[in-house]
Amino acid sequence: MGTAYTPPEADWWRAPIERTEIWWIVLAFAWCVFMFVWMIGWHFVGPQNMSNETYRTTVEAYAAKVDAMTAKYAIRKDEATGEDVVAPPPGSDVYLAAMQWQFRPILELKKGEKYRLHISSYDVGHGFSLQPENINFQVYPGYEQVTTVTPNKTGIFAIACGEYCGGSGAIGHHSMLGRIYVKE
Amino acid sequence: MTSTSISDFRVDPVSGLKIHRTANTLVKWNAFAAVVFLLVGGLFGLGVALTRMPSVQLLSPDLFYMALTAHGLVNLAVWIIFFEMAVLYFLASHVLGSRIATPRWAWAQFWLMLVGAAMVAVAVLQGNSSVMMTSYPPLQAAPHFYLGLIVFAVGALIGCFVFLGTLVVAKRENTYQGSLPLVVFGGVTATVIAVFTLVSGAMILIPTFLWSVGLISYIDPMMYRVIWWAFGHSSQQINVVAHISIWYLIASLVFGAKPMSEKVSRGAFLLYILFLQLGSAHHLLSDPGLTSAWKIFNTSYAIYLAVLASMIHGLTVPGSIEVAQRRKGMNTGLFTWLRKAPWGNPIFSGMFLSLVGFGFIGGVTGVVMSVEQINMVIHNTMYLPGHFHGTLVAGTTMAFMAVTYWLIPVVFQRKIALPGVAKLQPYIFSLGAWVFSIAMMGAGTLGVQRRHADITFAGQPLAYEYPEIAKGLMDMGEIFGIIMSVGAIMFIVVVLASIFTGERIEEGSAPWPKVEDADVVAARTGNKHVGMWGMEAPGTFILAMILFATIVLYYFVNFKYLSTIWGLS
Repeated sequence: MGTAYTPPEADWWRAPIERTEIWWIVLAFAWCVFMFVWMIGWHFVGPQNMSNETYRTTVEAYAAKVDAMTAKYAIRKDEATGEDVVAPPPGSDVYLAAMQWQFRPILELKKGEKYRLHISSYDVGHGFSLQPENINFQVYPGYEQVTTVTPNKTGIFAIACGEYCGGSGAIGHHSMLGRIYVKE
Repeated sequence: MTSTSISDFRVDPVSGLKIHRTANTLVKWNAFAAVVFLLVGGLFGLGVALTRMPSVQLLSPDLFYMALTAHGLVNLAVWIIFFEMAVLYFLASHVLGSRIATPRWAWAQFWLMLVGAAMVAVAVLQGNSSVMMTSYPPLQAAPHFYLGLIVFAVGALIGCFVFLGTLVVAKRENTYQGSLPLVVFGGVTATVIAVFTLVSGAMILIPTFLWSVGLISYIDPMMYRVIWWAFGHSSQQINVVAHISIWYLIASLVFGAKPMSEKVSRGAFLLYILFLQLGSAHHLLSDPGLTSAWKIFNTSYAIYLAVLASMIHGLTVPGSIEVAQRRKGMNTGLFTWLRKAPWGNPIFSGMFLSLVGFGFIGGVTGVVMSVEQINMVIHNTMYLPGHFHGTLVAGTTMAFMAVTYWLIPVVFQRKIALPGVAKLQPYIFSLGAWVFSIAMMGAGTLGVQRRHADITFAGQPLAYEYPEIAKGLMDMGEIFGIIMSVGAIMFIVVVLASIFTGERIEEGSAPWPKVEDADVVAARTGNKHVGMWGMEAPGTFILAMILFATIVLYYFVNFKYLSTIWGLS
């Protein structure tokens, strides 16, 4: 008389819908609408949102900006790596570069201040993964994304690479790191 | 048009299905190839699992990335798409009682997919194509890596058209009356999505192949991702539709159940056709260069209309089982129908575990992680493999395994060898897959990266130490990954033992026990009005409310967590 693998009765589209299904559809649809509205609403009331600001760039143009900022705001050499630690002033444009297989320069930011953080890649696709905050973005060559970040905790934050980017042996995607210090 | 004779068909005496012998052979070969690839991909997966255990770290980074690329492609694409070809031919030919259209093209599908898969496998094993299954440029694989994928996809596309052609033949030769059966309508839905998927794959893989041989100078990495995911994500939507069709099929086979409402179930499939592909945006939520308006519209499938469809199927499948059981006399209490279900029958237990695992693990997390903002705190962490093992392994693979226990007697005409192993298999496989998924998602929430050979960052001056609990979750999860592998191997052993050494079932004798349609039983016994509270399936409604409460709670827990991180705008 009826299964899922035999043709339905001739007037199947006229059969009434049973109450179990009606209630569930109403409830599920209401939740769907809520989630849709909430996702839009968080853009207006929530403090954590994806930036919509992205520019086309080239590796050379972006590297020039990173180097200029580093030259201007370097404050010391990192003890472990000998690399520059850069402390750009609050409110300024901060340029971070992802490359095989590191994030540079090392940054020092102040808690509670806003920074315009630019991110791009010098070679292949990478992922910006800030730990332990666990904030994750994709990073590509040719695209410069600007996110306004406001660190709300002090401490030492690591940037791990969130997208497989090649490498071999001990050096590669799995050894790619960067660092951000946040001070009072 | 070729004429068919009686001997081209045999009849399954239990279901009354008229089985076209050529179609049956094609179903057998595609299903067999699928199971072999499940084994191959599973072994690579085992290598991945043993490397991602911080206390074991079996493979070197180079071997790890190679194994991960192979595992992703073989299990995500080859095993599943071969099995889906078997399912599509079964739905069009066996279910409609029709000869299969253009068997030569169907064989072309099989061989092209096999050759394509072999080319990809060779490229990956040569070691210079460890670019992960996603192969994002500017990382470059060997040309035969892309070419193999293209050949595989062309094969699958041919299979889709053989399916559609068979529907035309069945209609023209009047092998069925009225509308298509619901499961075949599900097959149509899967095919529409598959054609979209495979055309998207061709659109991006053909230029990428040309780039790999030097004929195109540049592939934009963002453009690649947008189009690639129209292929990569949509291919997973084919799985969802295929395994939901299998849920409906098994509910009817084991319980004689009838869809609660054809209108509702078909409407839900229609929502899939219209909105499911927008979900490709899930992978692009943390990408630069796409606006939030674009992301929100697409990630939410307009207004979560594909989520609505999944929630509907999630209720109507167990609901139809409940109604059938109640009509057969189990009309007391809320859950008598479920308690008295045949839990020792792997066809049923596998299907029901697939339903629960897909809903509670894959579904709940999928809905939450695809919120534009939440995605920032899970993107590309271990949360992702955790989630999609919940959908693809606990959901799709479990459902495909469950229906295989029915296909072996009906299509292969063999009795299940090792029934004791088969009886336990869904439980072991699901236990492994469920705990694996949940532990991986826990580790991902704590920041552990996916596709990463060494989470200890050994020897790195800027090393970051993950919390101990994250490492513990990775160890525990991968132990359950090994249990999942044991479950998969049990399945493969049962299948191979059955089709090669299982007792042959003679033509005309019943390959599986007859189950009466619940409708027929109800008409005979007068059990017409079932259920309580004015609902025919109150127990299922309660189960659905538990799912609903889980989603709502989990949704707000994640927003709470999001609200504590750095300000981002």
